[in-house]
Amino acid sequence: MLRILAALILSLGFAALAQAQDLQPVLQDHADEIAKPSRSSVSTALDALIASGLPQVTPFLEAWTDKGIWQRDADGMFFYGNAKGSDLTLRNIDTGAETTVSTVGHTELRPNGGVRRVIGTALVQFQLADPDITRRLSAIDSIARRPDADQLIPLLGSIDTEPDPTLKARKIQLANFLSASFAEDVADRIAAIDSLARDTSIEARAVLNQILSVSSQVTADEPTGGIARILSVGRDLTEAEAYERLVAANLAPPTIPPVAIRDALAANVIEGRVGGIPTAQLGTDATRAQAYAALAASGSVLPFVTPQDQSTAIANHTFYEAYDQDDTAITDAARAALSSVETRVAASRFADLALDGLSLASIYFLAAIGLAITFGVMGVINMAHGEFIMMGAYTGYVVQQFVPDYTLSIIIALPLAFAVTFGAGVAMERLVIRHLYHRPLETLLATFGISIALQQLAKNIFGTQARPLTSPGWLDGAWVLSDVIQISYIRIAIFVLALLFLGLILYILKRTRLGLEVRAVTQNPGMAASMGIDPDRINMMTFGLGSGIAGIAGVAIGLYAKVTSEMGADYIVQSFMTVVVGGVGNVWGTLAGASLIGFLQKGIEWLNPSNTLAAQTYMVLFIILFIQFRPKGIVAQKGRAAAD
Amino acid sequence: MSSLLEVSGVSKTFDGFRAINDLSIQISEPELRAIIGPNGAGKTTFMDIVTGKTKPDEGRVLWGERNESLLGLSEAEIANKGIGRKFQKPTVFEEQTVRQNLAMALKNPRGPFAVLFHRKTAQGAARIEEIASEIGLTDQLTRTAGELSHGQKQWLEIGMLLAQDPRLLLVDEPAAGMTAEEREKTTDILRRAAQTRAVVVVEHDMEFVRRLDCKVTVLHEGHVLAEGTLDHVTADPTVIDVYLGRTDA
Amino acid sequence: MTTGFLVTNRSVRWFLLALALFTAVVAFGSEASGAGLISTSLVKTLGKTLCLCLIAVAMDVVWGYCGILSLGHFAFFGIGGYAIGMWLMYARTEGIVMSSLSGQVIPPTPQEVSDAIGSQIFGVVGSSDFPLVWAFADSLSLQLLMVIVVPGLLALVFGWLAFRSRVTGVYLSILTQAMTLALSLYLFQNDSGLRGNNGLSGLQNIPGFEGTSQATISLVFFLASACALALGYILFAWVVAGKMGSVVKGIRDNEARVRFLGYRVEGYKLFVFTLTAVVSGIAGALYYPQAGIINPAEIAPIASIYLAVWVAIGGRGRLYGAVIGAALVSLLSSWFTGGGAPDVNLGIYRIQWTDWWLVLLGLSFVGVTLFFPKGIGGLFDYIVRKPS
Repeated sequence: MLRILAALILSLGFAALAQAQDLQPVLQDHADEIAKPSRSSVSTALDALIASGLPQVTPFLEAWTDKGIWQRDADGMFFYGNAKGSDLTLRNIDTGAETTVSTVGHTELRPNGGVRRVIGTALVQFQLADPDITRRLSAIDSIARRPDADQLIPLLGSIDTEPDPTLKARKIQLANFLSASFAEDVADRIAAIDSLARDTSIEARAVLNQILSVSSQVTADEPTGGIARILSVGRDLTEAEAYERLVAANLAPPTIPPVAIRDALAANVIEGRVGGIPTAQLGTDATRAQAYAALAASGSVLPFVTPQDQSTAIANHTFYEAYDQDDTAITDAARAALSSVETRVAASRFADLALDGLSLASIYFLAAIGLAITFGVMGVINMAHGEFIMMGAYTGYVVQQFVPDYTLSIIIALPLAFAVTFGAGVAMERLVIRHLYHRPLETLLATFGISIALQQLAKNIFGTQARPLTSPGWLDGAWVLSDVIQISYIRIAIFVLALLFLGLILYILKRTRLGLEVRAVTQNPGMAASMGIDPDRINMMTFGLGSGIAGIAGVAIGLYAKVTSEMGADYIVQSFMTVVVGGVGNVWGTLAGASLIGFLQKGIEWLNPSNTLAAQTYMVLFIILFIQFRPKGIVAQKGRAAAD
Repeated sequence: MSSLLEVSGVSKTFDGFRAINDLSIQISEPELRAIIGPNGAGKTTFMDIVTGKTKPDEGRVLWGERNESLLGLSEAEIANKGIGRKFQKPTVFEEQTVRQNLAMALKNPRGPFAVLFHRKTAQGAARIEEIASEIGLTDQLTRTAGELSHGQKQWLEIGMLLAQDPRLLLVDEPAAGMTAEEREKTTDILRRAAQTRAVVVVEHDMEFVRRLDCKVTVLHEGHVLAEGTLDHVTADPTVIDVYLGRTDA
Repeated sequence: MTTGFLVTNRSVRWFLLALALFTAVVAFGSEASGAGLISTSLVKTLGKTLCLCLIAVAMDVVWGYCGILSLGHFAFFGIGGYAIGMWLMYARTEGIVMSSLSGQVIPPTPQEVSDAIGSQIFGVVGSSDFPLVWAFADSLSLQLLMVIVVPGLLALVFGWLAFRSRVTGVYLSILTQAMTLALSLYLFQNDSGLRGNNGLSGLQNIPGFEGTSQATISLVFFLASACALALGYILFAWVVAGKMGSVVKGIRDNEARVRFLGYRVEGYKLFVFTLTAVVSGIAGALYYPQAGIINPAEIAPIASIYLAVWVAIGGRGRLYGAVIGAALVSLLSSWFTGGGAPDVNLGIYRIQWTDWWLVLLGLSFVGVTLFFPKGIGGLFDYIVRKPS
């Protein structure tokens, strides 16, 4: 192989000299190797092709691996060929002149997989220096997919002449990977491995793990070679596993499983007895063991391996994992590099988890903020709040049926969803809730009735299957910070929306006339009324506002989750939790509650990633306990009124 | 006359507002005491602290001959020590009869199982009759409490307090919203009750306090301003300044 | 125990009489008695309805009398069902496994039997080991004890935590709903040890009575449900009749006043909450053998809210109201959603009740809350004037 490399470097140097030559004669010199290549013979032909340094070599090699080369049987000439039925279009390798002939009298070259790989490696070396950047990129990708020791030197050789800075960095990274795995000199390898300690990419970790690959060993003597760790039976592996390894290594006889004992007994019943014991008595392990021992003594079955035998055998052997890589200097370096990488990865994971928590918190905040207004400020329990979220999401869906442009449809849907749910909220307040202001538990029930009706209504109109609410193209994809940290644009959008709403609601409550009146009515309705504020109107507006925000939250949630008639029910309990945990009657409380629940849920999911249901269970239990210790929530309402 | 309730150096702050400021009051047994003061003087908070509804920031609340601290006890425990409380707004169980209201208040074991297996006794019935005649509701025993007039509800609540047989009665504005005739009757009930136990009446109405004819404590900004007979305190210039001066104006 | 309340409380006597008549009619009209006027499936539906009436009565005591709007009582109902379901499933599977193993030359060891039962029951969630919660599944008496103990303990611990920190009103409702949600989410997991969302099934087959027809079994369960309802009704009527009733209603109307009278309100609430939870568990243990299957969806928070709906429609604060509400709404629900109700043709639109029943229920519920806060039972007040 080194010959090829030498030839390659030569060819690069003498490319100008060879320019005007034809490729066909070179091919004809090695016609046999090219027509019927084997893995060993093909390199001779490749050496010659590379030595020629002709520009036609690259397309020829590409066509060769793609079964695009035909040979004329009559004179053995090679052509590019493209068969259509019985017609064959032949193209001259050097001139490019085309002729159409019959496939009869021509043979397609079909190199096998092994040969194609050899050709591919040679091709990569050409492509690395190709003037076309897409060729170079595909060569790099091909090396990254199938790293090979042979690619190291051409890759190193191509770095200095690489004009594109991104590609150059990529080549250096890849060269590091290859050096770490394949460099001949141990010092080079260790230097490359050390340089990987700062690389958190999945590829780098794969390289290190590859170097550190281990195999399980068992020996009766002192373990030798690069020992990764000695396994302790009982802690690192169970007795059963340990014994299985002994059996697999032919160091102990196989155990007889209970099923095999039973089958052996059943196969050896003589006159209703096995080993002298009546079959009716074989319903316990003890009698079965006795009967089997009798059979084993007579030699008709394999002897039983008792647990004591197993323990002795295990005790007499050492179980360990040995590195496949013998040189401990390399494995030590790789281990150090990997642990450094893993520390970095853990930090990145934590950051990623925090981002996940943040986006979940934003969703909870959006879902709960409307509720915080109706429940927190007005003290009204609205069980239909979740259905308002659903109405908002369906509004978005309906808009998209009429407005095909996704960006425009979302821009229309947001205010429309607000308007629809604002109207629904005002209607509900006027028709139902205002009659129940002094009976909060009954408000809960009446709004629950509305929630059932709305849910079923949505089911009747839109059916039970999930409806899509498609986000605009510019929200697709994710913002990738590294292999570990990435966050989808849609989640960023929801976060921004949540921030906007936080600002908007704080502004409305703290800086506008409406907010002033809302606070006045909340604190002392009688006094507010006597000052000319109409509590009816304020209640109506507040309820409408809270409901309208639910509608907008619905559009946002619909973009990220699916739109179904039951989506509201999924959020209602969480939303109440958010408001209650955060502290009733306070926007900041809702923010704190949403953050706590969002981050905590992600944290619990991280501890137990396989089971999101369990995470939710623990989350709810945590909330129940939390309310025990802070019944007023994180941001407790102050003052004498709160003491009642 | 020994001290039954001793409140000393008690302070309570709500969100920056000092509702009670280094308050010290002693109540003896038997005694009738009126506590007066303008709005926000801390009268209700004082009662909340004694009955365990509110925990003070500092100070001591001691009870009985053995000077037990009431701080840290629950409302129910304090009530069972012998402190009865009447709220400003009459709070009786409107859906239950007068007899049931009184029966619930009777001094009997308060545990759920004792109550579940409770049997009516002749003694209990006699005691209910006795209290009913004391508060003038003998004819109303089988009526639902919600049907009573405002004054009758106030008396029923006082009757419930008496049924508890407490050593100390805390009565918050018993005369509010009553006719002159009803006030007179209320005064009689309270003065009779005070013959055997301590009764503390928080009141706004000077005329009513005068009729009670007892020692008066004037509260102002959570602190005792003056103490003595009504004539004594009304002659006090500081009292005139902060309280009477304002109400008369 | 004082039995005087039976004499003074006419509604209890009327209720027991009506229940006895109803039970007799169903018993004599059932297929098991030979008359065959009432189909076995109807007997099952009626038996299940009686169980729902029982839990509704419990709900009425905790909500209508004590003022705790618990959105968690159906969780206790479900726990009762799971507790009895575990035995039913274990014992039946054991029977099947024993009969299939008995054909073998070598008799099975206890371990083999247990493994076979385990893989039968838990194969559906990819396991064959018995989880810890099944430790007593082979014992009917212990599982029956669990029907009472588990809901009781859960209610005791949860109630103690909640009442101690004085969580009241809507907060308490939401907290109980959270408890129900946590339980149902837990049961939905495959590694919960209770077969995840598959739940327990085949509960209508009673081990040891394989030869008995479903007609007879359903009649027996119907009668048992009727007895349970009668006993539960008497128990709760007794609890809310005397001084206990006074205190409990007092807590509903003015918790602080009761406290200042010297009653430890937490203890009373805990007593009522736990007692009703236990009765709910018993109701569930009778219901699910008639239903045949129990799964976590049954326990979802929505079920507990429907329970509140029944009691509200029937009329709170009166035990017969709860019975009327539960029977009426649950039977109407199965009639409407089962396709029993005729569609209404409006010319342009055809109202199919399977789709529209829930809309009707939801809206009528709003109507009842707004205009008839006393529910259907309130109508009786116009007819029967209670002696005061």
